[in-house]
Amino acid sequence: MLTETEPHYRQPLLRTPFHERMRAYSQVDALVPWSGYSTVDVFTGVEQEYFAIRNSASLYDLTPMVKYRIAGPQARRYLDRLLTRSVGKLAPGRVAYAIWCDDRGRLIDDGTVFRIAESEYRLCTAERQLDWLLDSSIGFDVEIAEVTADIAALALQGPCSCSVLRAMGLAGVEALAPFEFKHFVFGAGTRALVSRTGFTGDLGYELWVDPPEAERLWDGLMDAGRVRTIRPVGSRALNIARLEAGFLMPNIDFVSSAHTLRNGTARSALELALGWLVDFAKGHFTGRRALLEESRRKPLRRLAGLDVVGTKPAHNALLYSDRAGRRQVGSVTSAAWSPTCKRNLALAMLDAPHFEMGRQVWAEIYVNRELVWERRMVPARVVERPFFAPARRRATPAGDF
Amino acid sequence: MSAAAPIPKRSSGRDRPEAIVVGAGHNGLVAACYLAGAGVKVLVLERNAYIGGAAVSRRLFGGFTYSNCSYVCSLLRTEIIRALELPSYGLQIIPYEGGCTLMRDGGHLALYDNHDALRREIGRHSHRDAEAYDRFVRDMLRHCRFIKPLLLRAPPDPTTLRPRDLRELLYLGRHFTGLGEERMYDTLRFWTMSCADLLDEYFESEIVKAHLAGSSIIGTALGPRSPGTAYVLLHHYMGSIDGTVGAWGFARGGMGAITQALASALRARGGEIRTEASVDRILTRNGRATGVVLCGGEELHAKIVVSNLDVRRTFLESMDAADLPEEFLAQVRRFKIRGSSGKLNIALDGLPRFPAIPPGAPCIRGDLHVTDTIDMLERAYDDWKEGRWSQRPYIDMLIPTQIDPTMAPPGKHYMSVFVQYCPYHLAEGPWTEERRARFGQTVIDSIAQHSPGFEDLILHAEIRTPWEIEKEVGLTEGNIFQGELTFDQLLFNRPIPGYAQYRSPVRGLYMCGSSTHPGGGVMGAPGANSAAAILQDLRR
Repeated sequence: MLTETEPHYRQPLLRTPFHERMRAYSQVDALVPWSGYSTVDVFTGVEQEYFAIRNSASLYDLTPMVKYRIAGPQARRYLDRLLTRSVGKLAPGRVAYAIWCDDRGRLIDDGTVFRIAESEYRLCTAERQLDWLLDSSIGFDVEIAEVTADIAALALQGPCSCSVLRAMGLAGVEALAPFEFKHFVFGAGTRALVSRTGFTGDLGYELWVDPPEAERLWDGLMDAGRVRTIRPVGSRALNIARLEAGFLMPNIDFVSSAHTLRNGTARSALELALGWLVDFAKGHFTGRRALLEESRRKPLRRLAGLDVVGTKPAHNALLYSDRAGRRQVGSVTSAAWSPTCKRNLALAMLDAPHFEMGRQVWAEIYVNRELVWERRMVPARVVERPFFAPARRRATPAGDF
Repeated sequence: MSAAAPIPKRSSGRDRPEAIVVGAGHNGLVAACYLAGAGVKVLVLERNAYIGGAAVSRRLFGGFTYSNCSYVCSLLRTEIIRALELPSYGLQIIPYEGGCTLMRDGGHLALYDNHDALRREIGRHSHRDAEAYDRFVRDMLRHCRFIKPLLLRAPPDPTTLRPRDLRELLYLGRHFTGLGEERMYDTLRFWTMSCADLLDEYFESEIVKAHLAGSSIIGTALGPRSPGTAYVLLHHYMGSIDGTVGAWGFARGGMGAITQALASALRARGGEIRTEASVDRILTRNGRATGVVLCGGEELHAKIVVSNLDVRRTFLESMDAADLPEEFLAQVRRFKIRGSSGKLNIALDGLPRFPAIPPGAPCIRGDLHVTDTIDMLERAYDDWKEGRWSQRPYIDMLIPTQIDPTMAPPGKHYMSVFVQYCPYHLAEGPWTEERRARFGQTVIDSIAQHSPGFEDLILHAEIRTPWEIEKEVGLTEGNIFQGELTFDQLLFNRPIPGYAQYRSPVRGLYMCGSSTHPGGGVMGAPGANSAAAILQDLRR
């Protein structure tokens, strides 16, 4: 099923079922490991791939995303205890973005939860954490299994993504609402679960199939998308789009409390501005007491979106309250020039009160001018997230472009 | 109007605009946006039923959208896009990859984004040139670095002692001497030399030179061996997309997306646009602009009038000669604004085949050309001098629908074909429909020589000679830059010596079109600089 040509001590990284197809499109041999798999960082050029996401249609191999099957009579109750938001209202055929915390309210991970059937869920996560999921299940009648390798997945994102699916024969797919999923059959009877979800903040879908069907799915999408200039995209292009959408990246914008060593480096759900995903009214969940207590105090720090003056991305910049750089009030976690917003964007963790909307801070940016380094203090303003939110991402029925 | 004219009835104070902008081209709209943003009540008047001037997208056939005039974007200043928040009004600029010249012997030269692919591609024609290309690019970037900071500044007048001019002259001087001795010599040489001479200093291969020379004559009534064309090449090189200098791209939805976004930005700032409002005359009184009179006779009053029209159209056709100094008028009359370009917009039933381009090569998504030697380009210019369109024209053709999904139904394609040279004054007589059709056929035949079956794919074609461009867009002689971009008409000499700072001899009358510094190419800089001058005078 998975392509494992060599033993693990010779070839530690697995290959996804799309590996051969992706290699055929990859022109610059830019591969990166992701969750134990070899994945493509850049196929041809970051800029062209980025614009496939924002202008036409893009394909991204999602297989390495860690997936858990959670099933049993008490699956819903279990998830309500694990996750900070209520899954009680999540109907079969629906997906929800969710986070989960440790007992002190520190974020462990974020992900999506699919209600596959009445008492079956799929949890997609960034990190492997079977131990935590199993420990949390003590006392619940629920079965949990990692199914990452059992499901091949592609993200089809971009303004033309719906028209590509229709061209592939997925009749009625345009009626799918955001965070809804449905089974479709295409080609010679290939079955795919199609969810209107994604990591780009644009119109887009994720397609989930059995690994033996993976190449048929890839070929079907590439054929159907040809007249809409579909393009496989790598992680670099996706990372710009996700920042524009204001989404967090684990280990970039926060470190899971499952991994932090130093006191004070784990981040609570509220500090990460994810309070909207916390439902104190639903009853007990892991981290509730700590988060409730934190919500009654004045926040010490919070993640915020920044619009930075100039065009040089503020990668890893320290942030100050004053131009002279006397008082540090935070640091940038992600930064990029946005080719669609034409703004210099960043996500940053900022001390109170500097995270408040409209406040100005100063970013210390280092500029390499042919190996003559310059330090620049550049103003940056706290702005609304998402930075980019086109109407087409929510429009139902979905449009052609 | 002369002082003897009856005093026009004043319109009521509250509705009355403070500034009237004549022409809703991109520069008129940029100027209007900046003025409105500073609290000036602005009214933009457009004679056509649609806005955009030469940055326009129109649906003339089926489900196809054409970029009827200008067709690619690079020069539009990022500062303007950002300050006016144009992306939030739907503007998206998508870069395209490289380009290709199709050769008469069936060969080709492509440009690729990937540096190694490009080096090997040029190396097929000349190993030496492949390695010289990097040095050429470095020098072009140096020239770009020199000119870029000057784009969004009004050029200083070297003859005055006004503090602002002295300050700006000092800036210019420092900027120039900052280049270092060797590059100071180079810069002056560069601004005045011919493109052919420039390219000879770097390259030996005819096809490499021919491919690069194209942008030195676009929109320009000069040949590649004419002095001054090296600068025109730079003018097409100094733009950028997302930090990539020299990159060109498509505005999603066609070039009209730029002016549509500007119009939305203007409305959001409280500005107003009136279409089908053709200005007949700019009104003056005691040496001051007082408003305009429309073709229907309606008078509109404002203390500021900003003309997006070219300098000839503004002062020779929209004003009374008696209102302007004779010497100024003489200089306006001698301003070079010659028509030399045509355009075909073609709806295609499918993607044309170019056997010279290897299957799968991305260069087909870039700009395609058929002129493979400098001599062929110079011959094309010779035809123009003799009053006929080039028998083997230089063409800059693109098929944006390979990237932009919004401009044609799936599987169909829109092709934009820019044509150089096409005269405004034909030796054989005035432009007629029959002559226009023959011009179109010449262009189609030039493409078909490299693309078998091309003509069979054509569903519809819009053929535009300088005469149509003048008639529809209002550009004198159809000159796409509102005046030649030659050194005698640049910086403090553009458009008229002594009037390079967007002001005119008439108080309250300003210029904001591409006739002014830093010139044409859908840059927006003239509009922004003009607004800055107006706001300076208003002390806002």
